[in-house]
Amino acid sequence: MAYTKRLDGRAFDEVREIEAKVGVIKKARGSGYFRMGKTEAYAAVYGPREIYPKFLADPKKGILRCNYNMLPFSSSGERVRPGPSRRSREISMVTQKAINPVLDLSDYPNSVLDVFIELTQTDAGSRCAGICAASLALADAGVMMKDLVVSVAVGCIDGQIVADLTYEEEAYNGKVADIPVAILPRTGKITLLQMDGEMSKEQLMQALELAKKLAPSFYEVQKKALKAKFEEKK
Amino acid sequence: MGLIAKDKTIVVPGEILAEGMDYLPGQGAFREKEKVISSRLGLVNVDGRAIKVIPLAGTYLPKRGDQIICKVQDISYTGWRVNTNTAYTAVLSMKEATTAYIERGADLSKYFAIGDYIMAEVTNVTEQNLIDISMRGPRLKKLIGGRIIEVSPVKVPRIIGRKGSMVSMIKNATGCEIIVGQNGLIWIKGEPDNERLAVDTVKYVEKNSHKQGLTEDVEKFLKEKTGK
Repeated sequence: MAYTKRLDGRAFDEVREIEAKVGVIKKARGSGYFRMGKTEAYAAVYGPREIYPKFLADPKKGILRCNYNMLPFSSSGERVRPGPSRRSREISMVTQKAINPVLDLSDYPNSVLDVFIELTQTDAGSRCAGICAASLALADAGVMMKDLVVSVAVGCIDGQIVADLTYEEEAYNGKVADIPVAILPRTGKITLLQMDGEMSKEQLMQALELAKKLAPSFYEVQKKALKAKFEEKK
Repeated sequence: MGLIAKDKTIVVPGEILAEGMDYLPGQGAFREKEKVISSRLGLVNVDGRAIKVIPLAGTYLPKRGDQIICKVQDISYTGWRVNTNTAYTAVLSMKEATTAYIERGADLSKYFAIGDYIMAEVTNVTEQNLIDISMRGPRLKKLIGGRIIEVSPVKVPRIIGRKGSMVSMIKNATGCEIIVGQNGLIWIKGEPDNERLAVDTVKYVEKNSHKQGLTEDVEKFLKEKTGK
């Protein structure tokens, strides 16, 4: 059975409604909020501060430490068991690796920059929302970075390339592949690429092209959010 | 070709400021092939051929000669460990703290106890951004009474103003003693109501620091509040 119409009525290359804000957490050095449809992520930056355990320190530059956490009530299914899990550790790590290439932390040797990503509500694409929120928070904190990072999921449902899958679509009864991608919007370089499911090589290339096509619109939303913080007070 | 971002506008990381080799990247900007690109959130400042980005947010990076407000965190045999509002703590040695004669093994908390705030000067910054501090010099003292507020360190130059014009205006209007540390901590002491007004004014400056005509705005703000 071919996937001819999306479950929520979107066009195949259309993303869910996206919204971004900065400065949402007052006590943090910088903070960001990113929403894709029903998936909401908050990110807060603390530090640079001393790092413990000490052996993690890098005497040449500061390091980035991300912490991804789904709140117990955030899931679209059952309650999420609080505390770290195999899944959250993995996502924390890939988030860190997706953002690290743009950061310049050479001013803060031997220290750590902590980014806490909290998800209050999820409907698939949570690591993408988390990366978008984290990059906003880092920019809001005034960290030197070459570019913002945007992230979007693309996929393939029964041979049809789609953008920004929902939980319902990921659970679709058919051949589903889901690829979260993080992209540096200016250069189009990819810093995160994971895949779940199966698809052909051609489909994968098409999906990545679609992700690259979507990146600039995400960047515009992030840019607007960062600038709005200073303009609203006029 | 040429300048893309306008002077005095807000840019975000990764935004293209100029194209072509006519412009040079200054602080907060870098060159990538033909383009000059912003590397932080800030205000564009075009000065001749150089484009720099003045930060709107960020941390305090210590410089030699800066006067900063520190909080005493711990006491050791030979001195005090203080929080400097950077990523690292600093040690204030006995020798640098006071000229008084201190007996071996004396109780150092008589001079500065844990939780006290002090005004100190940065005497040296290492390559690793660790700092040495001293309290020998004019204006350097223990801060007794009053209250401490924290502002974004990149806004400190605006709070001080040109040759201290902004801070002395606030001092005159509120009658408070105000000491601004380069690291973003500010000490305010005066009558309770005036203290509150001074805090509000400093916060107002911090909030509107990226705008032009700030001095007049603050003057108006103070007039409104004091009713003078």
